[in-house]
Amino acid sequence: MAEARTEQPVRTNTGPGRLLIAVYLIFAIAATSRATLQIVTRLDEAPLAYLLSALAAVVYIVAAVGLARAGHAGRRVALACCAVELVGVVGVGAFSLVRPDLFPDETVWSGFGSGYGYIPLLLPVLGLAWLYRTR
Amino acid sequence: MNAAASPVDGVPAVAAIVLSLLVAVWALIATLRHRAPDRIQLIGLGVLELALLALAVLAGVALAGGDQPGEPGAFFGYLVTLVCLPPLAGVLARMEPTRWGSSIVCAICLVTPVVVVRLQQTWEVLGG
Repeated sequence: MAEARTEQPVRTNTGPGRLLIAVYLIFAIAATSRATLQIVTRLDEAPLAYLLSALAAVVYIVAAVGLARAGHAGRRVALACCAVELVGVVGVGAFSLVRPDLFPDETVWSGFGSGYGYIPLLLPVLGLAWLYRTR
Repeated sequence: MNAAASPVDGVPAVAAIVLSLLVAVWALIATLRHRAPDRIQLIGLGVLELALLALAVLAGVALAGGDQPGEPGAFFGYLVTLVCLPPLAGVLARMEPTRWGSSIVCAICLVTPVVVVRLQQTWEVLGG
């Protein structure tokens, strides 16, 4: 019904934040299962790509937890994760274009996240915007 | 290759995809109208879950019959994820009884068809 009380500082884990956490959760699941499978079955084929998948997975999990726990520590954790993600997706995206030989298989962040509808590129930006709005 | 039909290609898969998209549209409308997740969304998620469970049962029957997915690891990963998505949407929707709850249902119902298609791709061997 009515949710007009906005005097309290907005928490990162309600409203739009909850949607953000849900999307982070989905990406955490996607990246974790993908990285696990790749590392367990064929790490030698594309070690860099698969270890980056694992890093992405960890970052998504920690970001989701940070946003969900709200509070100061949670915010700082989420902020760090969003920054790492943004650097990661832009860096890996650019690198996978310049040196495709280093990435014989896709990671979540290859081609700026094109394999995942560019959501990996959008997510950290939305995360940072949300942290900024609720500060 | 084409002789043994994929168990995840039939009517339940199409039904799940269509149903998921319908719930997504309904939830999107609710989001735009500032409505919390309503009964129709929750029922839709329930029916969607039934369709996905039917898909899982079909896959199980095919496996028992000796068929094998092209990429077993990925296939089972997607199958488990898929069956967990509607309950996840339902729980999150109940936790967030605002328009954002509806937006969560919409987002997860947009992801579900993608996972169904990936599931179908991992059943077939990537023969080029």
